[in-house]
Amino acid sequence: MSGAFFPVATLATSLLAAAIIFLLPEGAFRARTGLNLAAAVLKIGLVAWMVRGLSQGHTYGVEFPVLEGLAFVLRADPLGIMFAGLSSLLWLFTTIYAIGYLEGSPNRRRFFGFFSLCVASTLGISLAGNLFTFLIFYELLTLSTYPLVAHRGTPKALAAATLYLRFTLTAGLVLMIGMVALHALAGDIRFGQREILAEFGAEQRGALIAIFWVLIAGFGVKAGLVPLHGWLPRAMVAPAPVSALLHAVAVVKAGAFGIVRLVYDVYGAELSHALGLLTGLAVIATITILYGSLRALAQVELKPRLAFSTVSQVSYIVLGIGLFGPLGTIAALSHLLHQGLMKITLFFCAGNYAEELGIHRIDELDGAGRRMPLTSLAFTVGALGMVGLPPLVGFLSKWYLGTGAVEAGMPWIIAVLVASSLLNAAYFLPILYRLWFRPGPAHGVGSWPEERHLGRFETHAWLLLPVIATAVFSVMAGLLAGLPYSPLEWATRVASLEYLP
Amino acid sequence: MSEAASLLLWLTLAAPLPLGLLALWKPPCQMRTVVLATGALPLVTLWLLPRAGEGALHGSLALGGLSLHWRLDALAALLLLLTQLVLLASAAYAVGHRRAALPADAPHARFWPLLGGLAFALGVIWVAADLLLLYAGLELMGLCAVGMMLLPGKAEAIRAGLRYLLYALVGSLAWLLGVALLLGAWGTLELSGLAAVAEPDATTRIAMALLAGGLLLKAAIFPLHGWLAPVHASAWTPVSAVHGALVVKASFFILITLWRLLLPEAAGAAWALGLLGAAAVLWGGLKAWRADSLKQVVAWSTVGQLGYLMLAFPLLAGAAASVASLAWQATWLQLAGHALAKAAMFMAAGNLLFSTGASRLVDLAGTSRRLPLSLMTFGVAAVTLMGLPPSAGFTAKWLLLQASMEAGQWPWAVVLVLGTLLTAAYVFRVLRYSFVEEAPRHEFHPLPRGTDLTPLLLALAAVGLGLVAEWPLSLLRQGGVP
Repeated sequence: MSGAFFPVATLATSLLAAAIIFLLPEGAFRARTGLNLAAAVLKIGLVAWMVRGLSQGHTYGVEFPVLEGLAFVLRADPLGIMFAGLSSLLWLFTTIYAIGYLEGSPNRRRFFGFFSLCVASTLGISLAGNLFTFLIFYELLTLSTYPLVAHRGTPKALAAATLYLRFTLTAGLVLMIGMVALHALAGDIRFGQREILAEFGAEQRGALIAIFWVLIAGFGVKAGLVPLHGWLPRAMVAPAPVSALLHAVAVVKAGAFGIVRLVYDVYGAELSHALGLLTGLAVIATITILYGSLRALAQVELKPRLAFSTVSQVSYIVLGIGLFGPLGTIAALSHLLHQGLMKITLFFCAGNYAEELGIHRIDELDGAGRRMPLTSLAFTVGALGMVGLPPLVGFLSKWYLGTGAVEAGMPWIIAVLVASSLLNAAYFLPILYRLWFRPGPAHGVGSWPEERHLGRFETHAWLLLPVIATAVFSVMAGLLAGLPYSPLEWATRVASLEYLP
Repeated sequence: MSEAASLLLWLTLAAPLPLGLLALWKPPCQMRTVVLATGALPLVTLWLLPRAGEGALHGSLALGGLSLHWRLDALAALLLLLTQLVLLASAAYAVGHRRAALPADAPHARFWPLLGGLAFALGVIWVAADLLLLYAGLELMGLCAVGMMLLPGKAEAIRAGLRYLLYALVGSLAWLLGVALLLGAWGTLELSGLAAVAEPDATTRIAMALLAGGLLLKAAIFPLHGWLAPVHASAWTPVSAVHGALVVKASFFILITLWRLLLPEAAGAAWALGLLGAAAVLWGGLKAWRADSLKQVVAWSTVGQLGYLMLAFPLLAGAAASVASLAWQATWLQLAGHALAKAAMFMAAGNLLFSTGASRLVDLAGTSRRLPLSLMTFGVAAVTLMGLPPSAGFTAKWLLLQASMEAGQWPWAVVLVLGTLLTAAYVFRVLRYSFVEEAPRHEFHPLPRGTDLTPLLLALAAVGLGLVAEWPLSLLRQGGVP
């Protein structure tokens, strides 16, 4: 009984929260805040319970038929619960941040309603047990993020939201075509039933390869793979918590997670390798990593630089998938979590600079470390993690990518890693230099673009707390990587499930 | 047992007639009156549903020398249930709508007997097994629909309504000619009898062409859709909802029933119908995208969505049994999803129009803040029209895509993709206007309670139907593809 209860209850927390928030009047911000936080905490509890249960060998799942031979499947498996854990943890911090960020602004009911729906879809994506269920939540995510991107209602925001829709809805259709084709070929494949496609004969290999690339094209739009990434930098007009959510856990990650599911749980690493699909993925990822870093280098504003950095960093996940062998898989899966922690910290920081000091351009950051030390410290942690400095989590990802490349027999990947780390350093270190070592308004040189004193601390407490929390989490994930339930340990557990019979 | 069930069925079918007359005499002032009075009908249909699946419910009505045949199979029972639910929602909505939106002297009471007549006519069409009974249902439905369209009494309503009447009469003439040809050639009007004796020879083909022409005209299938958008422009909201959701679908239902009976193997003609559907999807989508008033967007979207139904013809004709089964299920799921969603969308659009007091899309600015519920309803209904998950539109599209892939008929997959993109384009065009923040402030009229809830329930039903589709579809599969 509890097998069906937990996945449904976890999903229902966010769905119900969304429904109630839509019903509450606009002015009821206390009730809304309480509900948001209670739902977020409850969900972390439910996911944590399932994590514990899974490691003790319990199973959680529920399914019912939707069409003949096609079922709606919700199920917690180690890979899915990993993503669910990330999304529910970061949801709590993003909710706190958003409450502080949007204080006093209009349309908060709409914002938080769709925000909850967005998280519900992310959770559905993580718990989906087959491609059909995955698609349902994947499209729900598209729909629920549109109002968030368009939130401000300015012509720029509306234009960005329209562009976002054009990309994602088209991608959703492409994905659907691929899934229907796969369904027509092989029937309903549950995630993990790798033997179904593995048993196909040589005459169907062409079809399998074609379907794979159609599906990758569908996932690639959300994952921001070059050349399908065009919407991502433009979506930066959204409010900071939305950008944080989009980049760290929801949209971009949903695309990357889809690729993970496709390769490991539908095709299987062995078959993907045998069909030569993994090399293709590694090549696409390499192009995206280098291109994203180069574009990030050229940005003069903070948020666009972070956006292009996302394009580049998310492709580390795809690169890890492209490396056949357990080490590459560990790199991909752990980076899914690590990048989320680091990127959300960076976006929170960018939001804090914009809210407290009105800073949008990088050259306005001179001396901000003195005015906002904690935020700047968190930013430093995130940025150094991205560059890959040990013992921060970004180093772990790069280490496993490098060793995975050797294991997979693709040593040229190491050159890519070195180049991209140098590029990461080239676009992050100047920011750190400005933050800490350049004299700025805090030292009596010039003035901040638009300084506001939002709280007793360096900024509003609700804005500061999540930044510190996520920064601490990203440090801990690196320092305590060897302990049970750390991202790395869990990723290793999932990877061993994939490669051991 | 089946005697009692038959009696119950006909009581259910005919009940809206006296109820409509009663309401003419004493119009309901509360939504709950309507719900209480008619709420039992869908329950009876639910009770009949498993019995219909066994194929036991059929019979004939003797009128003098004529005997009129009827049968209640699973498809007819499901459509009857759908009709009753949509009509119930529309009737409940109409009460609140009259209170708020119509002038006191509007001839509103006449709406009720027309609605009752329409309900009866639709029920007759679903259960008819006889060309004569079908004709009676079709004519009654057409007349009631025209009468409802004329109710507002404004010059443009009368002009559009009379044009609709003219088209409907032309359609009926073509239908009658076709029926006469069939009767002359095969000597029977009963559907199962016709199926047994009729050969696909020249007479049958000509007769079917005439029948199809008349029905395509009544169903507003491209290129015979010209009358549809103007009649919706001035019609009352609940009338538009009923019309867009059910009336045009009835003609399609008759068309596909007769087609499968008389010319199941005519692949060329079926492809022609499929191409008409493809053109309807594209043209309706484009017109909806370019329309600048909200009601026109919704009305043109009906033209486009009906096109999807037409794709059934080529997928059913001469394809493998598995493909035909997929296409058959997809068609009825699409029809049901569209009926619920379109009724919801017309009501939500009516609420937005009433509350803002303006009809152009640009006047929607600020509604996302002031009328979130109506806008949300519009959006949820649009999810079904766009075919996004988990709606009935999505599940139907999945089935249609699968059918066209398995049959190797790739053009229809392309049509589905383009149709979805066009639908998204016009839906989000509407939503985009509503997100504009810097806009002149309007007076917003408050909506009466319940008029915003009814469409929301319908729209949610359309979305939820996609997830529970296995229940109606398993009943449909038992009946098999004719």
